[in-house]
Amino acid sequence: MDASLKIVIVDENPIRAAILQDGLKEAGHINVTRIEDTTGLLARIYAIDPDVILIDLENPSRDVLEQMFQVSRAVKRPVAMFVDQSDTASIQASVDAGVSAYIVGNLQKDRIKTIMDLCISRFNAFARLRDELERAKSALEDRKVIDRAKGILMKAKNLTEEDAYALLRKTAMNENKKIADVAQSVITAAELFK
Amino acid sequence: MTDLRIGFIPLADATALLIAVDKGFCVAEGLEVELVREVSWSNIRDKLNIGLFDAAHLIAPVAIASSLGLGHVKVPIVAPFGLGVNGNAITVSPALHAAIAEAASGELADPMVTARALARVVGARKQRGAEPLTFGMTFPFSTHNYQLRFWMAAGGVDPDEDVRLVVLPPPYMVESLQNKHVDGFCVGAPWNSVAVDLGIGRILHFGSEILTHAAEKYLGLRQRWAEQHPDVVNRLIRALRRAAAFVEREENRDEVAALLAAPNRIGVDRAVIRRTLEGKLKVAADGAVRTDPNYLVVGRNAAARPDRRQAAWLYAQMVRWGQAPLSAEMLRTAKEVCRPDLYDATLIEKDPSGDLPADGIGAFAGPAFDPDDIEAHLQAWTIRRA
Repeated sequence: MDASLKIVIVDENPIRAAILQDGLKEAGHINVTRIEDTTGLLARIYAIDPDVILIDLENPSRDVLEQMFQVSRAVKRPVAMFVDQSDTASIQASVDAGVSAYIVGNLQKDRIKTIMDLCISRFNAFARLRDELERAKSALEDRKVIDRAKGILMKAKNLTEEDAYALLRKTAMNENKKIADVAQSVITAAELFK
Repeated sequence: MTDLRIGFIPLADATALLIAVDKGFCVAEGLEVELVREVSWSNIRDKLNIGLFDAAHLIAPVAIASSLGLGHVKVPIVAPFGLGVNGNAITVSPALHAAIAEAASGELADPMVTARALARVVGARKQRGAEPLTFGMTFPFSTHNYQLRFWMAAGGVDPDEDVRLVVLPPPYMVESLQNKHVDGFCVGAPWNSVAVDLGIGRILHFGSEILTHAAEKYLGLRQRWAEQHPDVVNRLIRALRRAAAFVEREENRDEVAALLAAPNRIGVDRAVIRRTLEGKLKVAADGAVRTDPNYLVVGRNAAARPDRRQAAWLYAQMVRWGQAPLSAEMLRTAKEVCRPDLYDATLIEKDPSGDLPADGIGAFAGPAFDPDDIEAHLQAWTIRRA
């Protein structure tokens, strides 16, 4: 389909940019350039002369792109953001997802809509992936802490592993805390008593 | 408790807002504020416009541009509180500083002397076919852009023809000066000091030397939201007024600087923040210090009460540099962004009247500014786009 469309992705996160680029390629956009280092951003964008620029909202260089709206001799073509400015819902969806688009020239609305929808879903997918990774990491941390606390309790109170865990769980329930938090308190207390 | 989400950029002029939250002035007014640190003015503007923020630390010209629909979606914004007056500085590379000093006839502290010297430097570069000088500023609709332009144009430098002006996010300014991507920049605190401390830049002028009293940041609210929540607006301004007064009291400065230095606030060294609030800045690597109590004004000198003359001046710059057409209606809209009536409605004891320049601006060059006659302001200059 839009094989001719030139798209630039400005994202300092190489993994997310790759995920986005893959998605765009699957949708038939082969002309996609990724910019990770934003030094001299405007000059590079002018050299590429893209039809669409996608930028991560956490990137401070968004303000640099805003300069393209300005009438000056450096500007080649006018730039508009969010093709249909009255479409608040899709603006909100893209801001929520953390991506913003700048459209150069007169592209048709539905063509942009497809690209934006794709970006939003890829950005959201990446965020979910990161969350899962975070959760997995913190679950692993929790388990390490609980194991250490169990060990301390087994030694100090002469408990079996099962009973040590039951004690942690009961205390957590009574105090309305997470088991990992109680376990951390046990470790801290044990360090103090050392 | 009313929950509010307020966006800010980590800059020294967010002080009143940050202190209002961190010292409990907001909670005392029944406001539970979640502060969201942002990385770009575009983000702040968009999130305020679409309602993800209830209020925002907003660069004054962006509030006006948004209300006028310039460069982006038209969303009427009101500014019932001024978060800061002044606070910017123009920093140049040591090489450009030396060139200006050599070309100068007069005191370098005089912006007219440096602007004319810059014109000579620019002319000489043109003659030998060198690349034009490049200056960084923070946003197309920014006080930094207008202060740089006002200064150099007064000396005969056309900011669109004779030099290049580029937008750079403040955290990238210093690096760009170091890499020689820019020869100078105009930015807020603490970035000028950072460049000086690294020995890669010299502060040429404080913004307050270009304009004695220039609105820098507003607390921006969507007009419709403000109309729907008059009581919340009132309480928020009360909290901010108390915070601004707290910040300006000498005995609180250490505490203020310590709170602002936190990584989730401004996140720079507390000594730098303190020097900024005191207006005592090291201007060169050799340790030379320049002092101006008006370098950044938070709660003193009528800084917090929005002044429509300031909004008119900013609109006049948009017209002068071709960002906006000149129209009586747009001028009125720009002025009405400022809402001193909402500020006054908080009924806190009246601020002592400020020691302001007669026209409320105090520019170093040109005739006094008349907020009702933008045409006269434009006619006073030969270098302009309109």
